[in-house]
Amino acid sequence: MGDPGPTGRFGEFGGRFVPESLVAACEELEHAFRQAWADPSFHHAFEALLASYGGRPTPVTECTRLSEELGVRLLLKREDLAHTGSHKLNNVIGQAMVAQRMGKRRLIAETGAGQHGVATATAAALFGMECVVYMGALDTERQALNVFRMELLGAEVRAVHSGARTLKDAVNEAMREWVATVGDTHYCLGSVMGPHPYPWMVRELQRIVGDEARVQCRSILDGSDPDLVVACVGGGSNAAGTFAGFADATASQLVGVEAYGGAALTVGVPGVLHGMRSALLQDEAGQIREAESISAGLDYPGIGPEHAHLAAIGRARYVTAGDAEVLDAFQRLSRAEGIIPALESAHAIAWVLAQAGKEIPDGSTVLVTLSGRGDKDVAQVRDLLGARAGTGERV
Amino acid sequence: MSPPPPVAGVLADHLRRRRDDGAKLLVPYVTAGMQDDWLTVAEAVAASGADALEVGLPFSDPMIDGPVIQAASLRALQRGTTPRRVLADLALADLGVPIVVMTYYNLILRMGHRRMASLLAESGVTGAIVPDLPLEEVGPWATAADEAGVATVMLVAPSTGSERMGRIIERSRGFVYGIGRMGVTGERAAVAASAALVAGAAKARTDLPVCVGIGVSTPEQAAEVCRVADGVIVGSALVRRLLDGAGPDGAAAFTASLRRGIDGG
Ligand SMILES: Cc1ncc(COP(=O)(O)O)c(C=O)c1O
Repeated sequence: MGDPGPTGRFGEFGGRFVPESLVAACEELEHAFRQAWADPSFHHAFEALLASYGGRPTPVTECTRLSEELGVRLLLKREDLAHTGSHKLNNVIGQAMVAQRMGKRRLIAETGAGQHGVATATAAALFGMECVVYMGALDTERQALNVFRMELLGAEVRAVHSGARTLKDAVNEAMREWVATVGDTHYCLGSVMGPHPYPWMVRELQRIVGDEARVQCRSILDGSDPDLVVACVGGGSNAAGTFAGFADATASQLVGVEAYGGAALTVGVPGVLHGMRSALLQDEAGQIREAESISAGLDYPGIGPEHAHLAAIGRARYVTAGDAEVLDAFQRLSRAEGIIPALESAHAIAWVLAQAGKEIPDGSTVLVTLSGRGDKDVAQVRDLLGARAGTGERV
Repeated sequence: MSPPPPVAGVLADHLRRRRDDGAKLLVPYVTAGMQDDWLTVAEAVAASGADALEVGLPFSDPMIDGPVIQAASLRALQRGTTPRRVLADLALADLGVPIVVMTYYNLILRMGHRRMASLLAESGVTGAIVPDLPLEEVGPWATAADEAGVATVMLVAPSTGSERMGRIIERSRGFVYGIGRMGVTGERAAVAASAALVAGAAKARTDLPVCVGIGVSTPEQAAEVCRVADGVIVGSALVRRLLDGAGPDGAAAFTASLRRGIDGG
């Protein structure tokens, strides 16, 4: 997983499909990031901040009870233990540092589940920057607590009422706002999507997840690599960061798990949206279809272009998990291991639960990136489980 | 090498001739399919002083459009509007002025570059504006459009550097679209200073007509922009009136008022 070059191409995917008004801003960002990423002092400051502020490195935990039940050896990369509760902090700390180098004083972001919005609001507070977060109106309802968190952190949250009022629409609105404010504002995109350099930059800022995990797995597995490396995929940043640590350095099988109702790589068609060419849910005329998932963070009709490329060349494969099995996995990991996962991360767990002993042979070693913790989802899950919850009855 | 296609240059020739006759150019925009009588609206607008008509093929995720054109696009899509149906309608219409479609790249990709280009040409469309295709990405489409005789109108922005502006203009056909302000389409209380700067910079580099759009909403603003630019593109101000129920007569009256504005009347 290398440098996509000045055209931002991963095979036939990627690129920079933006209005002329945004080209200069994308070029400026690419230039600033290339300089920063080639500068050892930037890496040093980035890693130091992720350690002292973000709580890195996050551990790898072996799930002893679930492993025994499943007949595979299950390891979790614990991004749920990072500050703000997910992998999203890695990306925003890096982007905020690049924004500072560019002299921008303001961050804008889109968010689905609210985790990226919370992380961006956190970085803005840390660096003393202004922050506006765009969030689909459906998601501000589903993730009301995260809205309040962002406000506590000093950010302004703007509910987006267009389209299906979810992540796709929040991205549209953030891009529109960026066109009008590029002078002093950095658009802190939350995943490996959008126009070049975002897919590459965000993967590089997230590769710390995979680089740490590879070393940690080797120490747990007596020098071997896991047979499978599994991560959930919305835009695909936790998966890209994880895969980056394994794609070239190991022979581990890479598996991305999309939400069944947002499975761009399983049922999508190549197209252009949000500045990138990638696999998209769309109709015969090319209108983008809405994704549908209980998990706001995976409710996206596209996928990062590098994932489309990894699928095309066969280095990674992409599968799906449905809402019901995800709810089940959410509860099962909680009870068996004392870890409440984010609904997004529960997709990766659900696929492992479903395939252990089938597509995943008995005795395999499996690393799952647990991209975030489930605190934000507890109220929603309680509602989804309905009457049984809170009665003392087993749900 | 294939011989030059028969309709190449229709748009540029028409607009250049009008400009060289001393006229300022008026290019109103209408979202195709936004209401039952949108073609009647288009005819009324075309007959009320327009030099060309920009017809939007609605897309689900219009990245460079503000709330008004978003609403019109949504309405059009909810009415079942598809590129094929719009182009079939346009093929039967006679608007009397050149038609330029505005759309987003995914609709082109989905249909295929060559199929879209030839369908546009067969429908009598003379040009296409595809705002999410900047210079670096426009190649495959522009080649197909050139071959079909459809002018790919390129956009220059206030943020476009001067060397780059030269290369964009060189690739532009029909006219050059000057983005008047950093922002999305929509009505504004005043014209941005960047409108005249962009128009001036573009005009210094080309004999193609330079029309400015985005944030031009009133006859006065159109007149102001035309002091430097060769013409104006007016979208949201017209579409908002249509969303408010103006109908063909209201659209014609507004277009005529824009015409009087830029004619200095
Ligand atoms: C915990 C968690 N995991 C995963 C995702 C999906 O994003 P990505 O695919 O970029 O990792 C989100 C997005 O909001 C999230 O909050």
